[in-house]
Amino acid sequence: MTAEPDIVVIGGGNAALCAAMTAAEAGARVRILEAAPKPYRGGNSRHTRNFRCMHAGPLGPLIESYSEEEYLADLIKVTGGKTDEALARLAIRSSEECLPWMEERGVRFQPSLSGTLSLARTNAFFLGGGKSLVSAYYRTAERLGVEVEYEASVTHLEFDEDRVAQVEYSKDGTHHHVAPKAVVVASGGFQADLEWLTRAWGPAAQNFLIRGTPYNRGVVLADLLKQGIEQVGDPTQCHAVAIDGRAPKYDGGIVTRLDCVPFSIVVNKNAERFYDEGEDVWPKRYAIWGRLIADQPDQVGYVIIDAKSIDLFMPSVFPPIKADSLEELAEKMDLPAENLRATVDTFNAACGDTSNFHPTELDGVSTSGLTPPKTNWARPISEPPFYGYSLRPGVTFTYLGLKVDETAQCSIGNRPVANLWAAGETMAGSILGQGYLAGFGMTIGTVFGRIAGREAAAHAN
Amino acid sequence: MQTDLIQEARRQAEICNACRYCEGYCSVFPSLHRQRAFSDGDITQLANLCHNCRGCYYACQYTAPHEFDLNVPKALAEVRQESWKQFAWPQGAAQLFDRSGVAIAVGLVVAFAALLTFTRSFASGGGDGFYAYMSHSLMVAIFAPAFLLPLAALAISMRNYWQAVGGGALKISDLWAACKSAGRMKNLEGGHGDGCNFEDEDRFSKARKHFHQATLYGFLLCFASTSSGTVLHYGFGLEAPYGLFSLPKLLGIPGGLLLCAGTAGLARLKLKADRSLGATNAWGGEMAFVLLLFAVSASGLILYAATGTGLVGVLLPFHLATVLTFFLLTPYSKMAHGFYRMAALTKDAATKRSR
Ligand SMILES: Cc1cc2nc3c(=O)[nH]c(=O)nc-3n(C[C@H](O)[C@H](O)[C@H](O)COP(=O)(O)OP(=O)(O)OC[C@H]3O[C@@H](n4cnc5c(N)ncnc54)[C@H](O)[C@@H]3O)c2cc1C
Ligand code: SF4
Ligand code: SF4
Repeated sequence: MTAEPDIVVIGGGNAALCAAMTAAEAGARVRILEAAPKPYRGGNSRHTRNFRCMHAGPLGPLIESYSEEEYLADLIKVTGGKTDEALARLAIRSSEECLPWMEERGVRFQPSLSGTLSLARTNAFFLGGGKSLVSAYYRTAERLGVEVEYEASVTHLEFDEDRVAQVEYSKDGTHHHVAPKAVVVASGGFQADLEWLTRAWGPAAQNFLIRGTPYNRGVVLADLLKQGIEQVGDPTQCHAVAIDGRAPKYDGGIVTRLDCVPFSIVVNKNAERFYDEGEDVWPKRYAIWGRLIADQPDQVGYVIIDAKSIDLFMPSVFPPIKADSLEELAEKMDLPAENLRATVDTFNAACGDTSNFHPTELDGVSTSGLTPPKTNWARPISEPPFYGYSLRPGVTFTYLGLKVDETAQCSIGNRPVANLWAAGETMAGSILGQGYLAGFGMTIGTVFGRIAGREAAAHAN
Repeated sequence: MQTDLIQEARRQAEICNACRYCEGYCSVFPSLHRQRAFSDGDITQLANLCHNCRGCYYACQYTAPHEFDLNVPKALAEVRQESWKQFAWPQGAAQLFDRSGVAIAVGLVVAFAALLTFTRSFASGGGDGFYAYMSHSLMVAIFAPAFLLPLAALAISMRNYWQAVGGGALKISDLWAACKSAGRMKNLEGGHGDGCNFEDEDRFSKARKHFHQATLYGFLLCFASTSSGTVLHYGFGLEAPYGLFSLPKLLGIPGGLLLCAGTAGLARLKLKADRSLGATNAWGGEMAFVLLLFAVSASGLILYAATGTGLVGVLLPFHLATVLTFFLLTPYSKMAHGFYRMAALTKDAATKRSR
């Protein structure tokens, strides 16, 4: 390790790398402390596929235009108004210049992926996905002289009044400390710490699956909050979707998602339905199903579809469980067979005319006299073979975070911390109070990572 | 065909189909995403479409130590290698694939010894130049079958392949699309034009594409040179040796130089690249094949430079031995990949068209 760096960046995902490259380009000596080993570097960012980008006309892979007002309106809709408008506008407005900036640093884009046409105008897809973005950034950062330490877990930030005096971290089982002039925190949320999730959510959280990196355990976040750094959001808020119950505990990523709910009935472990599966098109509904499943006994759900629907949705990583009769399916899925038969019979009897069935539009093909109803795509489950998937809540990220201003600076009491900035998921709560808009996480990380890097470098130089 | 290799590739293809992040790299992914379930033939076709550019390995969030353990370039390389064995004709020769390094070495030694003996015993058959060492009719007697028989064997293999992947009636437009794709090496561009990931992990580079282009075009030029010589000989009664400004030399010298540079470059890259991203068992054979091509071109050039000296007596049989070995082993060595790749690209063009 060379001389003390000017700036320490905590974390090794998108936000951290954007901050590190920006600061290094401004002439600062930067060191990245990344908790993960090299093969797992890049946090949740390695699982991403796109970022949401404003644009006045066709830009890179993006077609037509996407204005600031439309972008903001989309955001306000999903957050139910719980949006910090000034910071949101800053993120949106800056997103347009991010695209060429990213390209200059090695990121390559591709047209929107097959099966995701609805995002072709708003979201720019990374060629190869988030891991290739992260790899390109590491190459660029290293070329700029940024030092990277892997398996370097930051444990504590030592404060001297209103500035960070020292960053402590463990690596190879020993303790290290470094006293930089400025610090950028970009170490994500705390969702991988199941104990913390359990404290916030109750015992149900033990059954949650974590979609992304196991390294975002919120150690730095907890340390900072304990020392009085200003916080936003509350620990019960998280983005959780329903994913394949067979997914690994951590890091299952995109391939574990299931898109078949609208064409199914979903039952709990007693083989009872509990929510309208056809409430809206799937991209608008998939984020509520995490919570719905979390509220069911043992935090598990079972999707049941029949032969008519098997080709209507994107395939997922594990093949469905398949059976020639509902009874056989119930047995294979460990569901009470009689109850499942009764639930399906009742559902089928409540289905009406299905001639208007249309898989990609709200078709109004609904049940009548059933509670809960299914208000679209309600076709009887009748044609063998039958297929089933189990569902579990999959947590994407938590919202509790550090409060920052438009320069990404953290504060303590009502004064800014002189040399501490935050970027990415760890401060996303400053902008979004709840809800989530696809592709906005990477936008926040890129925009605020760049701001944090610029400010930290200005302070250090 | 080893079902476990197919099964492993299928497992990985299903994960990719749920992910799709690599869609823009090459022809494999768009083709994969058109399907939901993969028959053995589908997997074989995907495997032969793959150019082993490795973009999808370095981009993948699921490579080991992740439990999904993705390594698409390797899985497809192994299926590809197996498929060549499966389609080889005659079947008895299929096992040469696994030992093509040894086969090449043995072939070279035997051919060299035989040709040397021939030239020694038949030398001064009265001809000029090379024909002073070996009569034209003897050369033809050896090389015509050595060229035509492997071609026939390949034709049978291609028919086997086409049936296995469910190819329909062959259309010239599809073949033309395949030629254009192969001619540009589109699938080694990485989708973004920055090239592939081969010799230096996730850094994109065009080195492999350029060396492969040099090899391909060098080879075609050399082939054209020989063909033009044959035409001059039979069509116009003009016999070798040809002067510097004759068609065979104008094609052959740049062709030989390109082939030399291309194969030397490919061999160097191959030494640097991570072997665990290809069919590990095939590495030696592939390397031997690249070196054989290098030997063909280098010995050809040296032979030309040595015209008129006594060295020709050794160089000529050596050069001819490399060519002979190359021809005879074409259906059972890495050279076969060119034919399978063309077939796979043609099939891919047909599938895209019918959509
Ligand atoms: C499966 C999946 C798909 C997603 N898809 C998209 C998408 O397509 N578009 C989008 O915009 N968003 C997407 N998101 C959300 C997106 O991943 C995040 O918003 C974004 O990656 C956050 O970037 P970040 O740099 O803040 O955090 P991360 O990328 O998670 O980086 C945090 C880093 O901090 C490190 N770290 C943690 N603790 C410590 C410590 N104590 N010391 C040192 N280092 C530490 C971690 O190892 C990691 O490198 C997705 C999330 C998941 C899980
Ligand atoms: S190789 Fe990996 S990143 Fe690429 S499509 Fe397949 S699963 Fe996705
Ligand atoms: S190695 Fe290259 S050509 Fe082969 S599947 Fe992967 S990206 Fe495509």
